[in-house]
Amino acid sequence: MDGYYAFMLIATAFVLMMTVPALALFYGGMSRSKSVLNMMMMSFVAAAVVGILYVAVGWSMGFGGEGTLFANPFELLWLDGVTTDNYVYVMFQMTFAIITAALISGAVADRLKFSAWLVFLPLWAVIVYFPMAHMVFSCTEDSLICGRIGAQDYAGGTAVHINAGVAALVLVLLLGKRIGWPKEQMRPHNLTLTMLGAGMLWLGWYGFNVGSIVFGTTFDEDPEAFLSQFYSETGRTFANTTLATFAAILGWLLIERLLHGKATSLGAASGIVAGLVAITPAAGAVNISGAVAIGFIAGGVCAWAVSLKYRLGYDDSLDVVGVHLVGGIIGTVLIGVFSTSEGAGSIDGLIYGGGFGSLGDQTLGVLVAITYSGVLTAVIGLGIKYTIGLRLDEEDEVNGIDLAEHGESAYDLHSGSSGGGKSVLAASTVSISSSEGANA
Amino acid sequence: MKLVTAVIKPHKWEDVREALETFGVTGMTVSEVSGYGRQKGHTEVYRGAEYDLALVPKIRIEIVVDDADAEDVVGIVVKTAQTGRIGDGKVWVSPVETVVRVRTGDTDEAAI
Repeated sequence: MDGYYAFMLIATAFVLMMTVPALALFYGGMSRSKSVLNMMMMSFVAAAVVGILYVAVGWSMGFGGEGTLFANPFELLWLDGVTTDNYVYVMFQMTFAIITAALISGAVADRLKFSAWLVFLPLWAVIVYFPMAHMVFSCTEDSLICGRIGAQDYAGGTAVHINAGVAALVLVLLLGKRIGWPKEQMRPHNLTLTMLGAGMLWLGWYGFNVGSIVFGTTFDEDPEAFLSQFYSETGRTFANTTLATFAAILGWLLIERLLHGKATSLGAASGIVAGLVAITPAAGAVNISGAVAIGFIAGGVCAWAVSLKYRLGYDDSLDVVGVHLVGGIIGTVLIGVFSTSEGAGSIDGLIYGGGFGSLGDQTLGVLVAITYSGVLTAVIGLGIKYTIGLRLDEEDEVNGIDLAEHGESAYDLHSGSSGGGKSVLAASTVSISSSEGANA
Repeated sequence: MKLVTAVIKPHKWEDVREALETFGVTGMTVSEVSGYGRQKGHTEVYRGAEYDLALVPKIRIEIVVDDADAEDVVGIVVKTAQTGRIGDGKVWVSPVETVVRVRTGDTDEAAI
C-alpha cells in the first residue's frame, strides 16, 4: 500500500508534466514562429484554469456520488469532506482534466483570441469534461458509459481523446480557416521541440495509463488480492503502453513512406502520440500482441487521417482530430476485438471467442462520447462566438498572435549569426524599440 | 575595372574563397542570399502536406578586379564551384566606372 501511494504521487506529477511542458513543446514546435508562445500559453493557462475548477467542482461532479451524466457538484465542493490522504487521487484526476482541455488548443493555432480561450476553458471543463469523466471513470451503476453501456475505457480513450478531438473539430468549424490556409506555407517552425515534446509525453503517459489502475478490493479488506492485482496489472499496462507506441511509430512511418515517399521525424513523433492515444483505453484489456496490433493500426490509420482535413477543408491546424479523435476511436473500438478475459475488464473480445457483444458496447460508448462532446461544445462555442467573439483580428493574425495577444516574440531573429555579437543592423533595430519602451 | 558577381552553392564557398586567395584576390563582399533558377527549389512534406519551397539558399560573392584579371577570376570560380549538378549557380561580369577607397581617398586601380 505504501508503494502504491508513492507511485500515485509520482504518476500524478508525470501526468501534469504531459501538459506543462510536454504538450506545450509538442504543439509549440509544430506552430509557426510567430505563434509558438501563444500555443504554449494555451497549455499553461489550461492547467491553471481547469486545475482550480477541478478542485472547486470537478472532483465532486466526477466522483461525488451517483448520477447518469454527473454527480452532485456541491457534495464535495472545494473538497469539503475529502480527507487529505485522498488528495492524491483528486490531483491525479485533475491532471487528466487539464490535459484534455489543453489538447484542444492544437486545432485552433494562430487565430483564437486568448480571451476566448480563457472563457472557453472553464465552460468546457464544467459542461463537457467533468460530466464525461463521471460517465467513464466513476464506474457507478448508473454512470452512462462505464456503468450503463459497460464500455471498457482504462485511462480515457473516450473521456480524454475522443472528447478533445470532437471538441477540437467543432471549435475549428466555428472558428474558420486561418488566413491563407491551405495555400500559404505553414510548416512546423522547430521540429526538435516537437520531438522533445513527444518523448516527454511518452514518459508522462506511464503515469497516465499505469496510474489509472482501479482496484477490485481495498488493501485493508484483502491485502493479498490487492497486491496481486497491483503487481500484475501495472506490469500489463506498462508493457502495453510501451509496445503499442513502438508499433505505432513503425505503422506511421510505413504508411507515410508509401503515401508520400519519405519517413519523417514529424511522422515518428506523431506515431508516438497516435500509439499512446490508441492504447490509452485498451491498456488494461489487451495482451501484448493486442497492444502491438492496436498501436500499428493506429499509427498507420492516423498517418492517413491527418490529410483528411485537406480533402474536407477544415483547418485542424496541428491535427487534433486526425490523431486524438481517430486514434481514440481506434483504441476504444478495437478493445471489442482484442480484449482478453485475463485483462482488467475480464471480457473476451471478438478474436477470443467473446462474440460481438463487447464490440457493440465499445462502439456505443464511442458514439455517446462523440455526441455529448460534439453537441455541448457547439453550444459553448456558439455562445462565445456571438458574444465576445472567437476570432482574432485579421491584421493581428497576419502579424502574429504572439505579438498581438502577449506582446512578445519567441525568438530574437535579428541577433548576429556568429559568436553572440550583434550586427550593426540588429543593434540599430534594438535601440529603436527600446526608445519606445517595448524592450524596457 | 570589372565587377565579378558569383552566385554559388553554399558548400562550395570555402573552396572558392581559397582558390581566389591563392590567385591573389585581396578582398571580396559575401552575402547569404536565396533564389532559384531552372531547378525551382525543392519539396518538403509535413504530415502529408507538400510544401514547394521556391527559394534555395546560395552564397553571393562580389569582387572588383582589374580588367585583365576578370576572365581568370571567372574561370577560377566556375572551376571550383562546379559540381555538374543542377543549381551550381551563375557568374557574371559588369563594368565598373569608379572605385574609391574610403580610408585614403585612393581611386580606381589604386583602390582595388
